[in-house]
Amino acid sequence: MKAKYIKGLALASLITASPLYAADYVIDTKGAHASIEFRISHLGTSWLKGRFNTFTGEFSYDAAKPEASSVSVNVDVASFDSNHAERNKHIRSDEFLNVDKHPTASFKSTSFTPNENGGGVMKGMLTLYGTAKEIAIDVEKVGEGKDPWGGYRAGFSGTVAIQPKDFGMNYQLGPAAETVYMDLNIEGIRK
Amino acid sequence: MGPILAMVLNHKLRNDENSYGWGPVVMHWLIAFAIIGLYPLGLYIETLDYYDPAYRTVPIWHKSIGIMVAFTLAIRLIWRAFNKPPKPLPQPAVMQTMAKAAHFLLYLLLLITIVSGYLISTADGRAIELFNTLISIPAPPVEFQNQEDLAGAVHFIVATLLITLAAVHAIAALKHHFIDKDTTLKRMLALREEA
Repeated sequence: MKAKYIKGLALASLITASPLYAADYVIDTKGAHASIEFRISHLGTSWLKGRFNTFTGEFSYDAAKPEASSVSVNVDVASFDSNHAERNKHIRSDEFLNVDKHPTASFKSTSFTPNENGGGVMKGMLTLYGTAKEIAIDVEKVGEGKDPWGGYRAGFSGTVAIQPKDFGMNYQLGPAAETVYMDLNIEGIRK
Repeated sequence: MGPILAMVLNHKLRNDENSYGWGPVVMHWLIAFAIIGLYPLGLYIETLDYYDPAYRTVPIWHKSIGIMVAFTLAIRLIWRAFNKPPKPLPQPAVMQTMAKAAHFLLYLLLLITIVSGYLISTADGRAIELFNTLISIPAPPVEFQNQEDLAGAVHFIVATLLITLAAVHAIAALKHHFIDKDTTLKRMLALREEA
């Protein structure tokens, strides 16, 4: 009887404490432990960096079954910020992102191909500028574990290169600036 | 034979009851020519692509001329407070009221255009440099959400209203000159009839 109780307790604690536990996570945009940054070459001379300040999202991740992982993110395109008001205004205008017409961008995963390090390739549909296109994000797992406040967190970083002209943005910034590199960081709090 | 009338330049700096002094006249035309230039310049800026040599210079001209208009307007308004414009020339009361409203609106639209333009460029706390000199106009201490976009929309709409009303203002001046044959336009050119 007692042995059975201890066994049950051990099992229960194993389940709750184990990272091998299927879970849904909310991306911690509230605490800003997540970021959507980009960089684009300026004339082939340097990297211009910026980010989208406002977005929400969630993901599903189970270290035991990483191939079942999924993620979904919605981005407020008007929150584009390159630390320069005149440039922000220009990029938000109809010559680039046209945020009046296309206020949100989204990414919805379709498949995840894991590697042995906890990362992998996350494929999914990126809807930007009103155009949906499949992209493949290279994902690295950064870590997971209990946080000091009674919660449980998991975090990943990702990179993907996109061509704005594939989405219909045709403004000529020059041959060195045809690709935008996205640097993504997400930290999720387990629901 | 009546007296021979000749047009002479008003020598007075200040307005009096019947004529504009050349101080307010000079400021009127400085602002007039500046906004006639600034409006198409602003539209032209929007069409420049990134590799155009003018991409780096024309916006600086637009902003610098705009700031000089702001200073000129400030002096003009202070001047006006201490030295009233001459008495209006006789015309029907309705026209008198319309002219008054139009002049008030010209000042108001000009002020809004200046302020909104300033708020675009300073939305991230950056100062506006006057012709790349050491003189710069600092940003206001507080900013608001999407300031550059809102200020940009206001700047375009109000500037368009301003240039339209300025055209009406010019047509009205020509009407006074050629149809009413009064001295409205001559007064603003600091010209005075003298026997």
